[in-house]
Amino acid sequence: MPIITQSSSAAVVIDDAKCIAEKGCTVCVDVCPLDILAIDEGRKKAFMKYDECWYCMPCEADCPTGAVKVNIPYLLR
Amino acid sequence: MTDATTETIEADILVIGGGTGGPMAAIKAKEANPSLKVVLMEKANVKRSGAISMGMDGLNNAVVPGYATPEQYVKEITVANDGIVHQKAVMAYATGSFPMIQYLDRLGVKFEKDGSGEYNMRKVHHMGTYVLPMPEGHNVKKVLYRQLRRLQVAVTNRYMATRLLKAADGRIAGAIGVNTRTSEFLVVRAKAVILACGAAGRLGLPASGYMFGTYENAANCGDGYAMAYHAGAELANLECYQINPLIKDYNGPSCAYVTGPFGGYTANNKGQRFIECDYWSGQMMLEFWRELQSGAGPVFLKMDHLAEETISEIEQILHTNERPSRGRFHEKRGNDYRKRPVEMHISEIGFCSGHSASGVWVDENARTTIPGLYAAGDMASVPHNYMLGAFVNGGIAGADAASYCADLDLPAFDEGDLLAEQERVLAPTRRADGLTPHEMEFKTRRLVNDYLEPPKVTAKMEIAQRRFAEIRDDLSALCARDPHELHRALEMQSILDCADMAAAASLYRTESRWGFYHLRVDHPETNDEDWYCHTMLFKDAAGRMSHRKREVAPYVVPVEAEEMAAYHQLRVKAPQAAE
Repeated sequence: MPIITQSSSAAVVIDDAKCIAEKGCTVCVDVCPLDILAIDEGRKKAFMKYDECWYCMPCEADCPTGAVKVNIPYLLR
Repeated sequence: MTDATTETIEADILVIGGGTGGPMAAIKAKEANPSLKVVLMEKANVKRSGAISMGMDGLNNAVVPGYATPEQYVKEITVANDGIVHQKAVMAYATGSFPMIQYLDRLGVKFEKDGSGEYNMRKVHHMGTYVLPMPEGHNVKKVLYRQLRRLQVAVTNRYMATRLLKAADGRIAGAIGVNTRTSEFLVVRAKAVILACGAAGRLGLPASGYMFGTYENAANCGDGYAMAYHAGAELANLECYQINPLIKDYNGPSCAYVTGPFGGYTANNKGQRFIECDYWSGQMMLEFWRELQSGAGPVFLKMDHLAEETISEIEQILHTNERPSRGRFHEKRGNDYRKRPVEMHISEIGFCSGHSASGVWVDENARTTIPGLYAAGDMASVPHNYMLGAFVNGGIAGADAASYCADLDLPAFDEGDLLAEQERVLAPTRRADGLTPHEMEFKTRRLVNDYLEPPKVTAKMEIAQRRFAEIRDDLSALCARDPHELHRALEMQSILDCADMAAAASLYRTESRWGFYHLRVDHPETNDEDWYCHTMLFKDAAGRMSHRKREVAPYVVPVEAEEMAAYHQLRVKAPQAAE
């Protein structure tokens, strides 16, 4: 069967103005237990790539610039 | 032939799982013998992996002199677990409990103390006093990480172990891992392997429908159970599910253990208490379920009668530790502990010895039934062992593995086993289209809810087995288009293995036991004559899922018959109106 793509809202939000991924920072990506964050190669900013969040918050707690905010995923908010 | 990139390394001890018990196993192995090469393999990053990625708000089973003796604790857990315990293993935990608290304290983990520096113990269990709050317990992982560095434990992050390797003589010989970001293989040859992969917490589907909105860290999806099973280890009492009373939708602990000592309690929709004790047990969950069935639900955690200072203190503990996002959840819902009780519900099912008793069988030395293979923490069979149990039993496993290694040569494994596993792992990457890991996982877990949740009905569980077999056939269409999807595809297969084990184990024990955890409609009575035993599930020589009974070893702490019934009298006799 062919595979289709479906969209959903991102619970983890990154403030691009504060994110310093362009300087080589990958802290949020490194600490995520579910490995759902990534650096956008074009914009050089972190983003939530997969809708697989446990809302545990190491990404937010460990971000050196306070750029990450973890919201409760909509389905269980 | 496979086109896999494969690196092979050698170690004395391989620890799989870098959450709670795994790091302590590695630490205690190195402390026992600093010359050993110890490798810690972790699917995520050891800095923030596992059940306690954001710390812990308290010890739930601290055996502290002056408050409880190891003998009292062993008795409490024997009673809470309806007598089916390997007491020697519970005793090994209980005697190791206080030394481990002191060890963690020295490393820098903060426990609540009173003005004179004594541990500030609280009572939550039915009989004894075992709860030690950790209002500043958010740094546990950092403390562990520092110690791993100090002792030069080799850490491999982002490698998911997929299968164990064995030597021709049946000894453990290492494990195969696959990188979750590159799909490259890492073979670790080792003399001993310690499994510390956490609970099977992604088994049932949360009622919210959000697949990762689980109670356990969603990375803990039963890989350890599946690996132990495929290696031929015995798994114990899997039908004694983990089912927890949680904050509805948020699916995290509402935390009666934290709020209870402050005066919070579980109440029905009239604000009335209906259980005498909020400690999680199968019997407590049965009373919770009955309350919902009777129409007196929802069930709530009630705190709105408490003083402002008390509520502020509770918020400080609950909203900075373990699951800090729960404050954010309450905020969106307009939940204020001062004004409104917190709505609770019954979680989906899972395997976890941390809270119940479903785990890979281990003895008092944390040894499984395979020579050289150990297990610790939520996935090992020591019941009700919580975070402190993971530390203590992880430490026991590490120290025992260190001595087991001493005079052993590195065992050889069969190259054919590695090739076969690489083919299994990579199969979903060889297809351009097919079924996605998400949909196969969702369907498996939805069927777990439909057919395996208690009250357990024989006819439903048999349907579950047929449907799981169909999903197993569908694995030939499972498609992973990148390493991340492959990671999920492999996890999905662990989940399916656990689903099959949950059905088979539940069908095997033809009685009811452990309250709600194993409530069988077709066999409603507890039958000590035939089932006062552990049930062992294992893969037999022909590759079939098989069962046997294991005698409960003679108790080291005797329990009187009238004491044994204590947890069966949890319902409040005549409900008291709330103040």
